[in-house]
Amino acid sequence: MTIVKTGADAEAPGRFGRFGGRYVPETLMAAVTELEESYAAAREDNEFLSRLDHLSRTYAGRPTPLTLAERLTEQSDGARIYLKREDLAHTGAHKINNALGQVLLAQRMGKTRIIAETGAGQHGVATATVCALLGLECVVYMGEEDIHRQAPNVFRMRLLGADVVSVTAGSRTLKDAVNEAMRDWVTNVVNTYYVIGSVVGPHPYPVIVRDFQAVIGQEAREQMLEVEGRLPTHLVACVGGGSNAMGLFHAFYGDSDVAMVGVEAAGHGIDTGEHSASLGAGKPGVLHGSFSQVLQDDWGQVTETHSISAGLDYPGVGPELSYYQETERARFTSVTDAEALEGFKLLARTEGIIPALESSHAIFEAARLAATLSPDDIILMNLSGRGDKDLATVTDALGIELDRT
Amino acid sequence: MGRIEQAFRRAREERRAVIAPYFTVGYPDVPATVEGVSAAIRAGADLIELGVPFSDPLADGATIQKSSTAALNNSVTLQSCLEVTRLIRAQFQDTAIFFMGYYNPFLQYGIEKLADDAAAAGIDGLIVPDLPPEESGPLDDVISRHSLDLIYLIAPTSPDERIEAISKRARGFIYCVSLTGVTGARDAVSAGVPALIQRVRAHTDVPLALGFGISRPDHVASVAPIVDGVVIGSAMVNLMGDTPAAERTQVVENYVRSLADAGRR
Repeated sequence: MTIVKTGADAEAPGRFGRFGGRYVPETLMAAVTELEESYAAAREDNEFLSRLDHLSRTYAGRPTPLTLAERLTEQSDGARIYLKREDLAHTGAHKINNALGQVLLAQRMGKTRIIAETGAGQHGVATATVCALLGLECVVYMGEEDIHRQAPNVFRMRLLGADVVSVTAGSRTLKDAVNEAMRDWVTNVVNTYYVIGSVVGPHPYPVIVRDFQAVIGQEAREQMLEVEGRLPTHLVACVGGGSNAMGLFHAFYGDSDVAMVGVEAAGHGIDTGEHSASLGAGKPGVLHGSFSQVLQDDWGQVTETHSISAGLDYPGVGPELSYYQETERARFTSVTDAEALEGFKLLARTEGIIPALESSHAIFEAARLAATLSPDDIILMNLSGRGDKDLATVTDALGIELDRT
Repeated sequence: MGRIEQAFRRAREERRAVIAPYFTVGYPDVPATVEGVSAAIRAGADLIELGVPFSDPLADGATIQKSSTAALNNSVTLQSCLEVTRLIRAQFQDTAIFFMGYYNPFLQYGIEKLADDAAAAGIDGLIVPDLPPEESGPLDDVISRHSLDLIYLIAPTSPDERIEAISKRARGFIYCVSLTGVTGARDAVSAGVPALIQRVRAHTDVPLALGFGISRPDHVASVAPIVDGVVIGSAMVNLMGDTPAAERTQVVENYVRSLADAGRR
């Protein structure tokens, strides 16, 4: 695995323009500094990198394929659509890339206890998986509401030996799970490593998570050059915290002809206030240790969010994506719950792939965008996860309709 | 001489620790906060921490989380906190009063406006638990021009280099976090306190207040010989929430007086 060393943060470590930083209690400052130093050493350590590379190939299933979505392309009648198949990675989503990297890093640092937060459960499952593989204790914080709507993943984590802790504070979703994981970390910082699941949190997390996810874009870029002989014209990825989007985008940062499109969750519609579009409707503020776009009221209180997909149901977003938005390197759009369900069905019926509800937001946008482009254009979409975990949610939403058709 | 310096000087002369109770503004309701703070000052509190509620208090344990949620449900804003300050300041001119709160509500209010309005209301300083010195520059620069002190925290996990750097910036007092963890009442004071205080004293003459997990008079008595002040947070919040309104003034007075008595050396 190569770790790309150029990016928006190349000039000022810890900052992406005005975004980023480390707004954490003093108790954690020594830990984030230690993490920064340990990570800097690990990325120069060939033994660490080759172990990560080895496990990525022989355990996690990398490289994942690039699939030309022929029937989806035909139906959209415009640009060709390629799917980067992170749904085929071990545990069913891109989250394994980061979990593998960070848990190996934790082990290298001599930490014996691993904690994580999870929304959809994919990051929790990935972290529990790597902890089982390496024989480490694992505690996963998950909002009570998410425990209900992502039950299969709770069962998977428990099978893998993780302790899943239900978080009943606040909105009982991902945001509150992050708060509770931070509190655990503040209390047990001496022996505990906190595996953050997205490109959020205090520096150096947004950089670490991005670097471990950047393999998505690095592989896809090579694969695209191999099959098409040229780069895609557009990248599309869904954005909650932003890890799959940063993972896809990062390797293309310097390719100025490649347009980047991030897709946020519009929930019931941006104008209803019930959504999770931090970039589309947020304001700059501090949440979970970094300065970025945050959904909040006039008094700086973080507002409750909504999305049909637990993985996008988060009021913040990675600081590097806020920077991409401010510098117009990427543009951001949003897709409602109803549209995401359309995307879900569309991929199932045109390509025989059942996608995660998170990824379904990107599918809807990719199809919508393709229709406005010419057959010479190429869309590369990150299919970040598979949809088994969402079957209960989707059958609830579409049940009657599925019975009829 | 400012109110903070006066409070610590007076306590030193009287051979006792400064008593600093914490109140989440608007918990259980706004009038109760004003009433509770007034009772605490009458019973000997030297310094008052007014907690500005935040939706995501990640350094706080269950008690302060719950009180913050309740306060937000009571529609408490930074504006209400300023009003509460004005009401208290009208009665008590000598007591030092702080805002303790997370950075985002201060940031959204606007740092310049906050400094103007807080100073005008009678606030003496700010304690911002998620703002380490690496990020505190913009706030510290502005509020110091309004003679407000930004109070820095030092934790048991702070290495000596950080203690030294923080000590150089410190004004008013340094808030020493007694344990590695979140706020909340505990059975005993952390055994690491004397070592922490000794490490901090080696770098500074600024007064040291100890907080987190200090809830009972015997806790105060055990640390009063080595620290200049104690902060009583979650225990005070529990008392405010659990005491029937009719008894609140008396219960708060008795409690704070017992802490103040325990703080005599």
